[in-house]
Amino acid sequence: MLKRIFPHPLLSVTLTIVWLMLVNKVTLGNLALGVVLGIVIPIMTAPYWPNRPAVRAPLMAAEYALIVLWDIVVANMVVAGIVLFKRNADIHSQWVVVPLELTSPEAITVLAGTITMTPGTVSATLSADGGALLVHCLHTDDPDGIRDDIKTRYERRLKEIFR
Amino acid sequence: MDQDMTLLAELLVSAFLIVGGIFGFVGSFGLLKLKHTMQRLHAPTKATTLGVGGALIGSMLYFLMIESSVSFHELLITLFLFITAPITANFVAKTFMQGDVVERELPDTGRAFGWAVYDDPPSEKTEED
Repeated sequence: MLKRIFPHPLLSVTLTIVWLMLVNKVTLGNLALGVVLGIVIPIMTAPYWPNRPAVRAPLMAAEYALIVLWDIVVANMVVAGIVLFKRNADIHSQWVVVPLELTSPEAITVLAGTITMTPGTVSATLSADGGALLVHCLHTDDPDGIRDDIKTRYERRLKEIFR
Repeated sequence: MDQDMTLLAELLVSAFLIVGGIFGFVGSFGLLKLKHTMQRLHAPTKATTLGVGGALIGSMLYFLMIESSVSFHELLITLFLFITAPITANFVAKTFMQGDVVERELPDTGRAFGWAVYDDPPSEKTEED
């Protein structure tokens, strides 16, 4: 019974909180409306998430978020430096192939998103079987180093989070 | 005393606005300067994150320190931006590859299958990224 009203408790809580943040005022009426949304939306969208990933290590996830935030700030500086101070002829853009050990689509999505947000890399596409990620690198002379960086810094952590 | 605090707050807010402005400018400048479409993708996906981020932090500090009320909208904008920016970049990249990059220009997948833009997934099990 409880399972039917809250098929996805975490999503319900998130929706309620996001609703309260959207209206920017915590009143009883807003809270009630948020809870209603938190109940209705998960039930309506249930067919779209058949197998949910379990986040096993919330602390690791928080650590991951902080690392990514920090890397985004650094990435901005690095990219700004490249854009402003390098001549176009000196920018060596390359494709980098990252073989994936992650298998769940959600984990791969997070990894691809992270790669796009961080130092000089944009994830372009997956191999057709989902086993390798194609990454475009704005400027590098060491594609193997970039690949190892991605694997040790992000993929290793994601593997533990989405175990 | 109170006067000093307001001045300090205003300085902080302006500092963040200036940082945001600079990075927003660099992002747009990169779009103009870089020559290749894949390179151009880099400038707006990153430089702009900090550009918008600077403005948002400035806005939060303003409401917190000068209006003394907490505003959550900035956090939400950041959240939505972080979710949408990589996906948009990915769409642009894939569309571009479909039309302007031939498969032999790309490195090998190291797998039995080619890149998803050119090759069909194995059987009916679909992989999304």
